[in-house]
Amino acid sequence: MQTISVEEAVAKIPDGSSLLIGGFMSVGTPERIIDEIVRQGKRELTVVANDTALPGVGIGKLIDARLVRKVIASHIGLNPETQKQMMGGDLVVELVPQGTLIEQIRAGGYGLGGILTATGVGTEVEKGKRKIDIDGRTYLVELALRADFALVHAFLADYLGNLAYALTARNYNPVAAMAGNTVIATAEHIVPIGVIAPDHVMTPAPVVDFLIGNP
Amino acid sequence: MDPQTIIARRIAQELRAGMLVNLGIGIPTLVANHIPEGLQVFFQSENGLIGTGAIPAEGMAHPMLTDAGGRPVTALPGASTFDSAMSFGLIRGGHVDVTVLGGLQVDQKGNLANWMIPGRMVPGMGGAMDLVSGSKRVIIAMQHSARGKSKIVRQCDLPLTSIRPVDLVVTELAVISFPKGLATLIETGPGVTVAQVTAATEATLAVPEHVPEMRF
Repeated sequence: MQTISVEEAVAKIPDGSSLLIGGFMSVGTPERIIDEIVRQGKRELTVVANDTALPGVGIGKLIDARLVRKVIASHIGLNPETQKQMMGGDLVVELVPQGTLIEQIRAGGYGLGGILTATGVGTEVEKGKRKIDIDGRTYLVELALRADFALVHAFLADYLGNLAYALTARNYNPVAAMAGNTVIATAEHIVPIGVIAPDHVMTPAPVVDFLIGNP
Repeated sequence: MDPQTIIARRIAQELRAGMLVNLGIGIPTLVANHIPEGLQVFFQSENGLIGTGAIPAEGMAHPMLTDAGGRPVTALPGASTFDSAMSFGLIRGGHVDVTVLGGLQVDQKGNLANWMIPGRMVPGMGGAMDLVSGSKRVIIAMQHSARGKSKIVRQCDLPLTSIRPVDLVVTELAVISFPKGLATLIETGPGVTVAQVTAATEATLAVPEHVPEMRF
């Protein structure tokens, strides 16, 4: 793990990258990284996240700045700008059931090819997907998802890069951190080694490539 | 009583101590306001919380303690938090006893459509498909009609949420269950007659000899 500035971290993200971004309606989203992506004007991004938050907030800022080409998310209903760009054909949006999306990411990070879920069977979600019957129940084959970068936000990070998340800001973060080829983290507080007890570490340090230092 | 209160109060009667319950947005959220005092029900918020409490008092909101809409909530004593994989493991894995969701249409076999209107409203399904597919019991809270049209239809023409039928539909006019896969009127709303319910319903309802009124 290497500690760097947010400017240096974002400079490592090429145009056209895929980004797995933690957060749920912007709660637990690494806001400083988002702001810097907007400042550096990274383009043609693919974003994998639960939602696109609201205009002007979290991932919504990337949408507002028209930096995103494709979104894979479970819900965009609270961001009219995402819907506008989608209807206008400027943005490709792939909608995935929330429980399927998080498991696809988990599979990606845990070395699995995909998962089987009954969610979506017999609905529009099953279009183009393989189905498997096991003990009389039908499941969809949902493939694993990874991304070039995982961008996560922790509550605590220690000097080694061990991460702990707080309350409902945990959401996608520990799962996303496993599924990025490069993992960049921010934290509310950077603390000495040992402050996060081993039992309370949610993302182990070796998973994190870059920890963004305090401004 | 207004329609929303009738629906929320009636559904609250379905909840028992110790249940893990997931409430959707809209009318379902109101169910929490009608739980009898002292009844321990665990409310799950799918962004990663069991033990969701009321809206925080002025100045007590925490930016990292929110509901699925991103609004501040409180956590009750005994609450727990977890990541989204566990949250949906709880949902898909059959650990949620009851989910209460809104609906656009329910048909006479109990199929639900509640996540999109093609060409008009495409918000994404969020957790709805997992909740309907995986919860032990699915209760739909919705007004009986929208723009003068019955929401309880012969067959859904909107895209389905799941092929798993719902267990109970509660409107301001009726409580409908689906024994043997057939919509059956089991209660009428306060002051509502069976004839009024069937007249307001597109689906064919099985009507037992005695249909009681909702009691509060």
